Amino acid sequence: MIDYLIDFASILVYTIRDVMPIVLLIVFFQLVVLKQPIPHLKKMILGGVYVILGLALFLMGLEKALFPVGKIMATQLSDPAFIGATEGELANWRSYYWIYIFAALIGFATTIAEPSLIAVAIKADEVSAGTINPWGLRITVAIGVAFALALGTFRIVTGTPLYIYIMAGYIIVIIQTFFAPKKLIALAYDSGGVTTSTVTVPLVAALGLGLSSAVPGRNPAIDGFGLIAFASLFPIITVLGYAQFMELKIRLLKIKTKKNAI
Amino acid sequence: MRYRKFILQLFKKLWAAVTDLVPIIVVVVFFQSVVIKQPFPEIGDVIFGILLVIVGLMLFIEGLEIGLFPIGETMAYALAKKGSLLWLMIFAFALGFSTTIAEPALIAVAKEASIISSGAGLIENNQKIMDIYAFGLRLTVAFSVGLAIVIGVLRILKGWPLHYLIIGGYVLVMLMTLIAPKEIIGLAYDAGGVTTSTITVPLVTALGVGLATVIKGRSPLLDGFGLIAFASLLPMIFVMAYGLFWF
Repeated sequence: MIDYLIDFASILVYTIRDVMPIVLLIVFFQLVVLKQPIPHLKKMILGGVYVILGLALFLMGLEKALFPVGKIMATQLSDPAFIGATEGELANWRSYYWIYIFAALIGFATTIAEPSLIAVAIKADEVSAGTINPWGLRITVAIGVAFALALGTFRIVTGTPLYIYIMAGYIIVIIQTFFAPKKLIALAYDSGGVTTSTVTVPLVAALGLGLSSAVPGRNPAIDGFGLIAFASLFPIITVLGYAQFMELKIRLLKIKTKKNAI
Repeated sequence: MRYRKFILQLFKKLWAAVTDLVPIIVVVVFFQSVVIKQPFPEIGDVIFGILLVIVGLMLFIEGLEIGLFPIGETMAYALAKKGSLLWLMIFAFALGFSTTIAEPALIAVAKEASIISSGAGLIENNQKIMDIYAFGLRLTVAFSVGLAIVIGVLRILKGWPLHYLIIGGYVLVMLMTLIAPKEIIGLAYDAGGVTTSTITVPLVTALGVGLATVIKGRSPLLDGFGLIAFASLLPMIFVMAYGLFWF
């Protein structure tokens, strides 16, 4: 019990340290630059305390539950004995299929729980007056991350150069941008960056480093990176795709109603 | 009566946090029991951890709605009303810089990068130089995020179309990739993703949406978003430039 309390206290101190610069910045601007008292001070402080406490609890829970299990699973799944390859020899990329499935599912699951994405989804729902469904957005982004991680682990196993994938992704995004509804482009671009936060980054980093040290011939220093880059690129593609799909649906519906009217 | 309503609300919020975590639990249980076929290591700790995550997530979201979002918006209104472009820019830069420089994920990545670079013989294998290299990397990323928020805010004010700027950024990333040292490319690409932390995202989003709401002729949906996109693009370019500068 005492151990838990000490753990929690140290995580709480770290969280407060992270939040401190923001608090100082806001206080400085309100009092010195804007020369105004902070409105609804009590409520804001309460909200700040909730955020800090919530984040600290969340992080501690992750460290106790998710991270150890995730790391163990990533090493077990890439273990040569599990894959059925001889030690020190590179197995066919297909033998790693459980890794790809695991990467995709864990990417999807962690993205659904990502607090930053929840925050952006709430805002998008509010701003669009309910036309952007928060769950629709979160699931679309999560599918993007799932695909990204499956492809990213495939890249680590095969050892193909990272930049080729990223460039191909950029080209797809650029083409989509010209066809997607203008209203949703900004949100789609943002959804790339928000997916990789508290939950996803540590787990994905562990997966990348674990896999690249388990696969023979891969150097964790060079091949271990890149999963986060994938995870922040592919959600842009899926969200843009979702926006195009929704627009198409609305257009088809309009044609239908027109026909019916005639 | 009031208590009953309060408790009902509390359960509703707890339930929302539980549904957020269901996918993770399903995936982990499935892989442990069906694929790996091994008993859970320290099941008690895991269950306790999940409970903490649920309560933490609930508190965080509650805090977002009553604290972080309103603060971001109030600041946006007040700064727009003050009408001083300079102070708005300083605020934008300071927000990006200060939240990034202390970001734990970035500190970890920078340290890792210094070890890799010295291992590859790109910088001298000497603790002092490695520390300078890691700190320089953090400064570079924090500076680029600050600059990204400034550009993003300017875009909202001027109403520049986002996609031209982002596509321009992509082209720059591609060009930099061609000339940057190979060892830094993976790291630079990842640096874009790790900079946007859980507290920064809600604040920056509220700032952008708040500004786009106040300024006439801007739509919150069309113009309010996009700040995060800059904050994950610019660090890539700057980290590659940092690599070029060192080697």
